[in-house]
This record gives sequence, structure tokens and C-alpha cells, in this order.
Amino acid sequence: MLPAVRDFSLQIFAGETYGLVGESGSGKTTLAHAIMRYLSDSGEIVGGRIDFDGRNLLALTSSEIRDIWGREIVFVPQDPLSALNPSIRVGEQVAEGLRVQMGLSRKAANTRTIELLTEVRISDPGRVARSYPHEISGGMQQRVMIAMALGAEPKLILLDEPTTSLDVTTQAAVLDLLRDLIHNTDAAVLYITHNLGVVAQICDRVAVLYAGELVEDAPKEALFEKPLHPYTQGLLASVPELGRHKSDARLSSIPGRIPSPQERGSGCIFAPRCPLAIDLCFSERPRLDASFPDSKVRCHRWPEIAAGEIFAWGKINNPEAVASRPPQETALQLKNVEVGYTLRQSLSERVAGRPRRRVMAVDGVDLSVQYGETLGLAGESGSGKTSLARAVVGLVVRSGGDIDLLGLSLAPELSRRSIDELRLAQYIFQNPEEALNPYLTIGETLQRPYITLMGQLKADARNNARRLLAAVKLPADYFDAYPNRLSGGEKQRVAIARAFATSPALLIADEPVSSLDVSVQASILNLLSALQVDANSSMLFISHDLAVVGFLADRVAIMYAGQIVEVTDSKALPALPHHPYTEALLSAVPSIDPATVQQVIQLEGDIPSQQAFPSGCRFHPRCPRYLGDICRTVEPPWQVTETGSRIRCHISPDDLRAAQKRGFDNEGG
Amino acid sequence: MATFVIRRMGFLALTVILTSLVIFIITQMLPGDVARVVLGREAGEAALEAFREENGLNDPLPVQYGRWLMDFVTGDWGHSLSTRSAIFPVVMDRLRNSLLLAGMTMLVGVPLSIILGIIAGLNEDKLADNTISIGALTVVGLPEFVTGLVLIQIFSRWLGWLPANSSIAPDATFAEKLPMLILPAMTATMVLLAYISRMTRAGVIEELKRPYVRTATLKGLPRRAVIFNHVLRNSLIPAITVIAISFGWLISGLIVIENVFNYPGLGRLLVFAIDRQDLPLIQAVAMVAVVSFALANLAADLIYARLNPRIRLE
Repeated sequence: MLPAVRDFSLQIFAGETYGLVGESGSGKTTLAHAIMRYLSDSGEIVGGRIDFDGRNLLALTSSEIRDIWGREIVFVPQDPLSALNPSIRVGEQVAEGLRVQMGLSRKAANTRTIELLTEVRISDPGRVARSYPHEISGGMQQRVMIAMALGAEPKLILLDEPTTSLDVTTQAAVLDLLRDLIHNTDAAVLYITHNLGVVAQICDRVAVLYAGELVEDAPKEALFEKPLHPYTQGLLASVPELGRHKSDARLSSIPGRIPSPQERGSGCIFAPRCPLAIDLCFSERPRLDASFPDSKVRCHRWPEIAAGEIFAWGKINNPEAVASRPPQETALQLKNVEVGYTLRQSLSERVAGRPRRRVMAVDGVDLSVQYGETLGLAGESGSGKTSLARAVVGLVVRSGGDIDLLGLSLAPELSRRSIDELRLAQYIFQNPEEALNPYLTIGETLQRPYITLMGQLKADARNNARRLLAAVKLPADYFDAYPNRLSGGEKQRVAIARAFATSPALLIADEPVSSLDVSVQASILNLLSALQVDANSSMLFISHDLAVVGFLADRVAIMYAGQIVEVTDSKALPALPHHPYTEALLSAVPSIDPATVQQVIQLEGDIPSQQAFPSGCRFHPRCPRYLGDICRTVEPPWQVTETGSRIRCHISPDDLRAAQKRGFDNEGG
Repeated sequence: MATFVIRRMGFLALTVILTSLVIFIITQMLPGDVARVVLGREAGEAALEAFREENGLNDPLPVQYGRWLMDFVTGDWGHSLSTRSAIFPVVMDRLRNSLLLAGMTMLVGVPLSIILGIIAGLNEDKLADNTISIGALTVVGLPEFVTGLVLIQIFSRWLGWLPANSSIAPDATFAEKLPMLILPAMTATMVLLAYISRMTRAGVIEELKRPYVRTATLKGLPRRAVIFNHVLRNSLIPAITVIAISFGWLISGLIVIENVFNYPGLGRLLVFAIDRQDLPLIQAVAMVAVVSFALANLAADLIYARLNPRIRLE
């Protein structure tokens, strides 16, 4: 038997919100399930107590625990779509719980369901209640899950990464909702997440979990101001905050990876990755010491850390910044690029002779990327980022416009591009788990571009592939390994290596770090920028996370509903003014500084369907700074601000700055 | 939904046309001259030629195919070469018998297989599961004539409860037919049992792992409600296709079982027709088999769409 979680102790008071932070593999979901006594057949609670409201949960019979589930302890999971039954209308899924938990009649339960859906700010509760899960957006699905949890006014709410699968703006709206709901309840809340920004914004206390062990437990302010455990410090240092740029300093990253339960030694569990580890750390497991009156830490060296004598990761003392790049010539030029799809018609439409409907994923995009430059591309999902990127490499056939790379005019279809043109543009996909062929060894994957795109002989390709493996800092014996032996971060390193094999002029990275843990994310971002400088490649870097984009990119383009609405220097991101959409995106990034009271700008509704874009400015139905009829009827012009940003808006840059400054001051004071 | 149904019907028509083409071509390629078969060895060349001309056997193949297909659609299935009687009423009579047996088998076999599959799935790798799985696989491994003969030995010879011969008379009442249906239906059930119960078992195991089951459980629902309201509905979806296709097989594929029990269904009619190189009869029975398979599949698609709201959107 292998322990997934070892001697974990925690006390949550009624009305308190406890953050439980950990990376994937740290055991946080196991812990949440254990608290509810909901474990799979292979899992077992081998010791300890769980006292809830005066009762030891471990002593209850299974029917007693069932009475507690849903009534007194509730659980909101990470992925709402799979957590809802696909073939039952969502209203019924809420009502069903109410009937069992509260003994409500069918009619009363339905009425209460509508009330609950209204409470979680669903504007059209009747329609949503009648929908099947796949018919509503991810944000709506998660609101339904929250409504389901609140029905019986529980005493303990367990939230397991409730916003992780959502878009930034949706995440901000759901977080805002959760904050208000938590504020208005006396329930104890355990909020499980890997996102330190979310913790900073929502929790009172924070527990940090590493490889199944509690390593630090402190009030939120103390933890963010003076983290005592090297792991906590490392986590905080690896978060790219809004306004940090790669030319200031590299991101700190924690080397290595979380040990699996089999790999855990007898000493400190973090010692193999800890820069401060001494012999004692490897031989003896540290106890959970009370550091400050209200805090605990599991580290042999915490007194020295607390006294400021030693540092694990300094935020500033990391001089290996990426040098700023002097402006050069244009490498990639996009002119009026369009990507459209023709929808399949239903039979009745065909009989009626209606014209075929077209969907515009990308609608008239002009952009340029210079030699060696990184252009960030940000926007919500559905904004057309990925379609644009795929049109550049030819994975999606564009329906209009020109794409020039190094003066070569690229054909829309992949099949009409020459080998040389293919070699010049390479792509890194979002999900490394799916991007590597599981039946090829890492070495075979890395040799392929040399053979197919560069026409090299097998022996040369082998040597080059080995060099590549070393360049992305992976051990040489991975050459003959299959992808299943690698962690997510290591797979992404292989994908990056493969993309750089041909020294491409243009690299397109589509959310390359969004499926990775924070500490891994930092090292991948550092690797990407280092390799890019070596190869002098241009990069189109796509991400929904403005902090990540702002860190890595030289310039940032913001995309909304198939169009670019703002292009700005990434160092100007913290400055004003911005397009109202950019402003909303920026406000939605959870800050890891607990002292900032965030005023999130909530966007009404969803990103418009690509079948029917709004007239005039496409953002006008959701725009918090809506001027009037002009926004509805006239397409906005491009305007240039003092900071050099180009903004597509009817409001003059001066007025925008004044309005946004006012909002900023309000939130500060 | 209307579009979905119409599209499925279109697929069905296409399948039937394609298979009818195959049937037509194959019967054309069979050795033997129809005119010779009909008129006998002694017929002169002139008589043969006159027969061919009269029955359109000299027309180009596409014309013959078109005429044959139209005749089939309008119910003009011609006369049997061996018995000289009209084919349509004979086949229809046999089809009724086959439907009766198929219906009986479905009535007994499907609920039984599904229940066993659910029990096995809910008790994955436990005693109940292993017993059911091994039992079902043992039964399916035995050829139908063996299980059929064993059943006859037990229920007819030893216990004397049921007749061994199921050659039901055309004018028999349902009460008279019923005892004759039981043994063939049991034999067919044993063939289906393993397929359907394995599919159901797999579906239940698959669905039990899904996060929505955790949601339902942690809502505080009793185990019963989690299983019946949430798991079963979704886990039966994969079994539906197997069940519907089995129905097609039950109608025209029970050749061995019908022979063992002397049951007058389509399967035995097909064997009879092949024995006598009775081309029009072979074609008619084959076409009925094709249409019943296609209809069973259509039913599967519609039930599938009914159970799975995600399909209906398309």
C-alpha cells in the first residue's frame, strides 16, 4: 500500500475560507474525497480522525454518511461538463437533489431550483433549467453545479478547482459569485486550487500541499508576504505577475518534478528539489513546527529562512534576463486574413433554398511580426486565436487574405506549400499529451523533422536529435523512451525540441503552458525564450493568460470575435489606456498580492456566436463603456495612444484613459 | 430531429438498394440457366429461347435489375420455380412465424441479458460478475444445435413439458403455438445472452467511472437512485445497437435453430430454396432479410438518439 496523503491535519472554522494549494499529483483531490469519505475501491483511510460538527466522520455507517452528503457537506468539482449527467436536463439534476435532501415535493423542488439558479446569477433560469448540459456554456454549467451545492444550505463546502476549466473572464465572474456566496454564508469552505492568485483573492487561510504532505499552513497575508517553506517560495516566484517582463528577470522555476508515492524517501519530501537542502533534510523528515503563533511549516531550516539568513528563490536576484531586442525587419506579414467555414445545412433549409450559412472565425486580421520578435495573441476561447494560428501554418485553409513569411507568399493549403516553406513555420500544440505519437520513441519523434523536412541521412538525423534532446535539458536516456514515461512538462519539452529542430523562422506556440503546473510553466517559458533567442526565430505566442503573454511577448495583440481590437507593447500593458475589452481581460487576472482589492469588470453575456457578429463594434453588446448608437452602427476606427498602443474603439484615447483612471482610483481607495 | 430521421431513412434506402444490387448480381452469376431449370432437360432450344424472351431474360442486365426491383417493391415477387406457387404469400407466412419467434426471444432474452449484464457490471470482478461472465461465455461457445438438442433432451424427453417438434400449423392459435416457441426461443436467447450482457456490463462499468456518478452520489442520493436514474440510462446506449442488430439476425438468421426444431421460419425457407436452386425464392428471402436488418438498424439509431440528447443536435 502506498500513502497518497500522509498525516495531514487541518482545522476549518465555520465561516472560514481555507485555501488548499498544490500542484497536480500533490494529493489535493484525494484529500477532498477523503474528507467526505468518498474514496475509490483502491483507496482507504488507514488512520486519523475527521471531526465534523462534533461527529467523527470515520465512525459513521455508510447510510449516515449518505445523509451528510449533499445536506451538510457538499462538493463542487473541477470539470462541470463531465460532472453533469449528459442525458438529464440540468434543472432536474438540481431538483432531484432537493427532493432527496429536503424532502421537497416535485413542484416545490422545481420552484426552488429556479430560485437557486437565479441566486447563482443565471439570467434566464427557466431556459437553462430545461437545457441539457452540453447546450449551455462552461460558466453556466459551473453555476448549475454551485446552485446544486447550495440547495440544502450546507455547513462545509468543498470546492475542487471550480474555475480552472473556465475562460479568464468567466473565471472572474464565477469567482466574484463565489466570493459573494461565501461572504453570505456561515459555512466553512475548503477551496482547492493550484492558482495562487485565486487563493489570494478568496481565502482567509492557506494550506500548501506537496506530494501528499502539508508543508505550510498560515493566514493568507502571512503566507504571501513571508512564505517560510522553500516550496511555497518557489511557487510564488514562478508565477508571472501582470507587469513582469522577460527583459526584467527570468522566472524562477523549481527544478525536477513531484515524486510519485513510490519515489518518496525517508527525509524531507521536498529535499531533492530544494536549493537549501542540507544533509539533515535527506536523512530526517521534518516535523510540522509552529512557526508564528498562527502558522505552521514543515522545514528543518525555517528559523534561518524566517530570520532572512538564507533564500531559496529571490524574486530580484535572478539577473539572467532576456535582452531587449532592437527593432528589425518584418518576418511575418498578415494582410486581411480571413478564415471562414461553411456550415452544413439542415434538409429543410436546403429544400427552402436558403443560402449556405458561413461562419467567420477570423475576419480581416492585419498583423506583422518582426525577426526575432514575440507577438502575443490573447483573447477568450472562441475569439479565433487558434484558427488564425492554424491558418498561418496551413492546418486550416484560410478563405481570404495574404500571408507572407520572409517574403514568401504562403499558399492557403498545406499541400501547395513547398518543403522549405513548411520548414520555416513550426507549431507547438496546447496539449503535449496528445501532440506526441505514443508509438514512437522520443528519439524517433525528434529525428523526423531532420529526415522529412531537411532531407538528412538517418545517421545525421540521429546525432542532431540527440543534440536537440540535450538542448531542452532532458536526460539522454529519454532518447529510446516512449512518451508515456514522461511527465506533462517533459513531453512539452520534447514538442518544443521538435519544433525547433528545423531552426524555423516562425514558431507558433498555441497555449503551450496552459495545461502545465505553475512551477513547470515557468521553466517552459524560460526554455522557450532562450531557444528563440538562439535560433533568432519569430514567435506567435497564444495564451488566454495575459500575465503569461505579457511576460513572454514583446508586443501583444488582443483578439475579439475574429478581429484584432488592440495591439500594444507588452511593457505598456500595466499602463493606460486600453481597449475596454483588454481592460476587462486585465481586470480578470487574479492578482497574487492579497492586498489588492480587485475590481473585476464583469462582461455581460458570452462571446458572440461566429454566425452572427454584432453590427458596428463587435464588442458593443458586452462593453461596459458603451457610448451610444455610434458603437452599434459604425465600425470603430483605429486610434493610437500616447503609449504607442493601437486601439479599435470609438472613444478617444484621452477619454478612455480618464475613465479607466477613475475606475482604477476607485478600486485603489 | 426530423432531419435526423429523414437522413437515417435515406441511408436505409441506400443500403437496401446496394444490397439488392449485390443479391441480383450474385444470383445472375450462379451456375445454371433459369429457362433450363424451369422447362427441364428435354426442352428444345426454341422453347428455351421463347421462355427467355417471354420472361425478359434476354434484356440487358440493368433493365432486368430495374424490373426486378420494381416488382419487389410492388409485392409482385413472382412464382417459385420449385413449387409453382406465388412467392409473396409463402414468404409473408414464414415472416410472420419468424417475427413471432424473434419477438418471443426478445421478450425473454433481452431483459434477462440486460439484467445479468447490469448485475455483472455493478459487481465488477466479484463473484457474481465472474459467474455470469463465465456462464454466458460457456453458453455462447456451444453451437446452437448442441444447446438446442440439450434443451430438447431435458424439457421434452426427460421432463416432457414441451414439444420437441415446433412445426406450427398455419392455422394454429397463439395458445397452441406458445409451447412450441419456448424451446427455440431459449436456444436463441443463449446465443444472444453473452453479447448483450457483455455490452451491458461494459456500459455499466464505463458509466460508473464517470464524474457525474460522483456528483449524484455526493448529492446524497440513495445508491438505488444513482443506479436507476443516472447510470442505467447511459450505460444501455451501447447495448441498444447490439440488440437491434440481433433482431435482424433473429428474423432471418436462425437457420440452424429452425432446422433443429423443425420451425417453419424464413431460415428454413432459405435452405429449402437453395437446395432447389429456386432463384426467385432465394432473392425474395434474401431481400426480406436485408430489409429487416435495415429496419432493425434504423430502430437502433432512433432509440439511440432518443436516449442520447447529444446526437439529436446534429
